[in-house]
Amino acid sequence: MVCSLRTSPRIFFILFVCALWSGMPSRVSGQSGSPKPTATPVTRDAGLAAWQQVYSVLTHPRCINCHTATNYPEQGDDRHRHLFNVVRGPEGKGVPGLNCATCHQGANADRAGVPGAYNWHLAPLSMKWQDPEAKILSSAQVCQSLTDRTKNHNFDGPAILKHHQDEPLVLWAFQPGQRRDGSARSLPPLTHDEFVAATRTWVEAGTPCPQNP
Amino acid sequence: METYKLTVNGQPKQVTVDPDTPLLWVLREDLKMTGTKYGCGIAACGACTVHLGGIATRSCVVPVSLVRGRSIVTIEGIGEDHVGRAVQNAWVAQDVVQCGYCQSGQIMSAVALLKSTPKPTDTNIEESMGGNICRCGTYVRIREAIKAAALQLK
Repeated sequence: MVCSLRTSPRIFFILFVCALWSGMPSRVSGQSGSPKPTATPVTRDAGLAAWQQVYSVLTHPRCINCHTATNYPEQGDDRHRHLFNVVRGPEGKGVPGLNCATCHQGANADRAGVPGAYNWHLAPLSMKWQDPEAKILSSAQVCQSLTDRTKNHNFDGPAILKHHQDEPLVLWAFQPGQRRDGSARSLPPLTHDEFVAATRTWVEAGTPCPQNP
Repeated sequence: METYKLTVNGQPKQVTVDPDTPLLWVLREDLKMTGTKYGCGIAACGACTVHLGGIATRSCVVPVSLVRGRSIVTIEGIGEDHVGRAVQNAWVAQDVVQCGYCQSGQIMSAVALLKSTPKPTDTNIEESMGGNICRCGTYVRIREAIKAAALQLK
């Protein structure tokens, strides 16, 4: 299951990058958030294709479990409600006595199966990528939300790219540690480098969004 | 092995342990402070709760290497704080404890709640105490004791 999840989008990604190669400048993931000017602008179609890759990561449980529309986070690949009646709290960090940091430390606690990264918290409700019934929003809806500067901390394209490159909780999604039984948590369908590269292409194309729905 | 300087209940402490050693075991085994209890070891019961930098924290999942200068308060020191004293008094007055094993953690979480929410509602209490499990089922008395402590703190 994990293999099929990871392999198919990767193949698509590789083909997609190869198809664009002749019209694209050299890109190295891990660069600063500012996309370098391109000799040949990335087309809207290429940007939309790259967005679909980004979307495939954003909607993976490692990401979307904390981008809920409810007052609680989710857990696991089945995205069940977080145990212990954990709630969002006023700042997305739980409530006194049961904060996110009550259990989630600055690094994965693999022996206990408790994931961790710096400043563990829920995404704000303005960045919800699910509806109240926990159904994942469409590609167009997530894209519109992500690029709406009234909802996204006023992030422009380069700032979104930098967020995807450097934010500790984003990085955690690609190194999510072990479950309590010692097995590895499932990973998003792209590597972090691929995710950043796709984001860069999308940003260079002007962060186009699919048409509704 | 590494040497770590810790501040526990306002007192400087020094321990030489493996960096991965959970704070719980540093407290219990190295500092001989056994008021903090081992329950599940996976942050699922709340018995090991201490305050780390002012936040109620499951000490069983905190490697000592991640404490990084944050102050530690345990059940042995919580009575020095006026909120902690009020909670302990309420716990006695309401006769909350049955077997008692979870109560160190319950008190630490209750103090964290009352420090930021002086007049908690039933919902506040249920949300804040939801991670502290009591096999004896003393939840009703815990809730009443938190309310009594809140009244005492007025």
